[in-house]
Order: sequence, then C-alpha cells, then structure tokens
Amino acid sequence: MIALISENLFHLFFIVGLCLLIFVPLLLGVVIVLFADRKIWAAVQKRKGPNVVGPFGLFQIPADGLKFLFKEIIIPDGADKTVYFIAPILTSTLAIAAWAVIPIQENIVLSDINVGVLYIFAMSSLGIYGILMAGWASNSKYPFLGALRSAAQMVSYEVSIGFVIVTVLMCVGSLNLSEIVYAQKNIWFFIPLFPMFVVFFISALAETNRPPFDLPEAESELVAGYQTEYSAMPFLLFFLGEYINILLMCAMMTIMFFGGWYPPIDVAPFNLIPGFIWFLVKMMVIFYMISMVKAFVPRYRYDQLMRLGWKVFLPLSLLAVVVTSSVLFFFNLAPVFS
Amino acid sequence: MTASLLSFYIFSTVILLSSLMVITSKNPVHSVLFLILTFFNGAGLFIILHAEFLAMILIIVYVGAVAVLFLFVVMMLDFKISLDKNNILQYLPIGFFVGVVFISELIIVLINTKFDLSNIQILVNPMIKFENLTNTEAIGSILYTDYILYFQLSGVILLVAMIGSIVLTLRTREGVKRQSIQSQLDRNYKSTITMVDPKSNEGVDI
Repeated sequence: MIALISENLFHLFFIVGLCLLIFVPLLLGVVIVLFADRKIWAAVQKRKGPNVVGPFGLFQIPADGLKFLFKEIIIPDGADKTVYFIAPILTSTLAIAAWAVIPIQENIVLSDINVGVLYIFAMSSLGIYGILMAGWASNSKYPFLGALRSAAQMVSYEVSIGFVIVTVLMCVGSLNLSEIVYAQKNIWFFIPLFPMFVVFFISALAETNRPPFDLPEAESELVAGYQTEYSAMPFLLFFLGEYINILLMCAMMTIMFFGGWYPPIDVAPFNLIPGFIWFLVKMMVIFYMISMVKAFVPRYRYDQLMRLGWKVFLPLSLLAVVVTSSVLFFFNLAPVFS
Repeated sequence: MTASLLSFYIFSTVILLSSLMVITSKNPVHSVLFLILTFFNGAGLFIILHAEFLAMILIIVYVGAVAVLFLFVVMMLDFKISLDKNNILQYLPIGFFVGVVFISELIIVLINTKFDLSNIQILVNPMIKFENLTNTEAIGSILYTDYILYFQLSGVILLVAMIGSIVLTLRTREGVKRQSIQSQLDRNYKSTITMVDPKSNEGVDI
C-alpha cells in the first residue's frame, strides 16, 4: 500500500494540481456570475446593485463570502447532526465533481471519458440527496416541505432533460462531450434542434431551482425552503453548489447546442481567438438569459410547475425523440460507428 | 498491489459495511442513506470492470430515481413504530427463509456454470467480441438485435406495472374544484362581460 502510494506520488500530485486548475477558476467564475446576476437584476429594476465595496462594487461578493465564513454555525435543536452537515458538503462536492468532464477547448479536459454526458447527468441527479438530507435533518417543517418540493421538481424535470440529451446524442452518435462538440463543426445544434434547446433551457431553470421555478425556497410560503435552518459555512456551501450547478448547466448548453469552443464563423478574426474564450463567452451569454428570466418572470405555482413538466415537456420531448430519429433514419443522416 | 485492486478493496469494504448498516441501523432514513451508499459503491465496482455505461446507468436509475422515491416514502413515515430489539426476533424466521432462498439460488447457478476455457475467456473479458467499440456501442448493438424480444418484453412488463398502479390508486372525488387551464384561456371579453343599462328602481335580470 505504501509502496503503491510512493510509486504514484508524482501522478497523485499531478491529478490534485489538475483538479485545482479546474476548481480555482470555477470559484472565480461563481464570484463573477453572482456579481453579474445581482447587477443585471438591479439594472432591470432601475437600481444600482452592489456599488460600494471595492471598484464598481466588485468586492461585494467576496465580502459576503467572508461574512459567511466568520459567522457562527447554528445547529437546530433535535437536528440529525451527521446528516445535517453531510448535506451541504454533498451538494457542493457533487456540483464541483461534475466539472471534471467538461471540455473547455479541444483536448483541454480533465477527464475525457466515454460516458461524459451520463456522468454529468448522474452527478446532477445525485444533487437531489443534498437537498433531501438537508430538509430531513433540519427537523423542522419548512425545510422538510421545501426538500420534498425540490426533490419532486428535480425528478420531474430530469426526465425531460434526459430526453433532450437523447435527441442530441442521436445526432452525434457518442456520449463523449468532446465528440458532441466535434459534431457541431458545421452547424450548431441549436439551429436544427431549436425546440429542444428551449425545453432544455426551461428544464435547466427548474433543475437548478432558479426563478421562476424556485419553489423550494419560495420565501412567501416556506421562508427559505430547505436552507432555512442553515447558517454560516454550511449555507455558503449550499449557495456555492447552487451557482456551480447553474454554471454547469450553462456549460452543458454551450456544449450541446452552441458548438462548444467553435467560433460562430470560421473566418480570420474569429478563429484566431482561442477556443476557451469562445466557450466562456457563450456560457456568459446563456447565463445572461438565465439571469434575465429571474428578473422578469413571476414565480410559478407548484401545480402549474408539475403540469408543465409532465404534461407539456415530457410529451414534447418524447415526440422530439421519435421525430429526430425518424428524420435521421429516412434521410440517412444517422452517424455510423464501426 | 495495483491501484485498481486497492480501489476494489475500498469499494467492496464500503459496500459490505454499508449494507450491514442498512439492516442494523435503527433509523429507517439512515438505512436508506446507507443503501444509497451501497449502490454508489457498486457503481464504482462496475467502473473497475470497465463497464462505465452500466455504472452510470446504475447511478442514474437506482440512485437518482428509485432510491429518491424510496427515501421520499421513508422520510414521511412515523419513527415511533421503528423496530426495537424484541421485534427483530419476530422477523427472524422470514428473513432466514429469504436468505436461504437467495443462497440456494446462487449455489444452483454456480453448479450449473460450465467452467470450460471459452466461458472463462468471456467471463474475464466480456468485450472480446466488440474490441473496437465503446461500452455503450457494444450494449446498444446487441440490445436491439439479439435481445430485442427480452428488451421489449421487459419494457411491456414495466408499462403494465405502471398502468396497473395508476389504475389502482386512481380515484375521482366529487366536489373538488379543479383549475382548467383550457377554460381559463378560452375566456375572453365577450363571453365574460355583459354591459347592462339598469333603469332606476327596476334592477337587472341576468
């Protein structure tokens, strides 16, 4: 055992270094995205948003983070302590773990596995447990109801997300995320599969508990949902996990519908810019859309949310699977593998 | 000791310990959480076997969907009826019976497996027929050709089970006011508002 570790020590450090290379920009990205979110929201409502701490209020988000770090952790009486603390750790860990397979640029990816899409899907479906455990372990009514709502919502919308992914995969013929991007060299998938992009976008909002589907934390009904009893560091972890998941959804949409690292037009000024910059730009554009939705769409009622998920999106995405596969079959467009 | 062997020992130890905790922990929610840990580590074992598709499907289907609903139900149970020590003995005979059935089935399968050389080749390297294909492609290429009948049959069985459970639990209650989205959308100015011109001291007939 010791021999094994000492033999692979260099390899181990190498992997840890690579993980940090993903993790640190990701945290930075969360800070930027949070700031952008608050600024956009403020601009829509004709407010100024954060503008006091640092230049343009840029240090507001790190300051908020530090505040959470130094606050006292309050544990509710009668909480199941172990589960109570595992829940936020699980949420943020799973959110970060999913980033291991995201290809930022050609050949720049931590782990280029064959089942990349399924891996991301699995990690995001495991995210439910963080919320369920938090709601149950808090031993309090509001978190429990919030957790139940959240779990039902995420399970429902995962179904349609799954079918949207299937339609994309049928056009690619591979579960590898880099392959999905390669397949879009000539045409980005949001052009032929535009309805599926819309379904995926809305389902992603529901999956990450963003408005207008933020019913798990509907403050007028449930205080703060499953996060009600959390304070300080555990709350920060939930928050971090939530925003990393939103970024992940942006990255997924970039990869599946907007051609990943490819420039919009393959001519001189555009294709000289490195691919990862295009990737980040596309992610930011999608995040801008997500942020705008938060600013001007009112919250859904819970039964309307369920109706949309099961009675509109599920039949629609099933139909899309059938139509896409028929078109691919009859026009001989289906990708062939050896 | 190689890295894969080490991870095999880690995964299988966690599986054994957590499955033990499933049946011994007092709190049913803890039991389900340990069950989920067991599934998760089972997926890890699949990855060591280079069956990454099965691993991911195990996590997505069992952990991400089935166990969530399971946890859902268990979380809403009343904990005061959870088992105390006297009750455990009460369930011993039936548990013993189920265990014996499983063990004897395993033994029957083991006895009937022919350990000739070609079989071992397939057992050690099940992907030998599909050398250039990935896992997913290999499963896909036999699932819809050689095993289409079994595959569709299992799908039909699941469909029947689903319809059956829906029919069993479906009940229509009288006097419940439901929101009909279509009728709400169909309402318009003409069908909802009538302008009347009431004369003094006469009232209106609507």
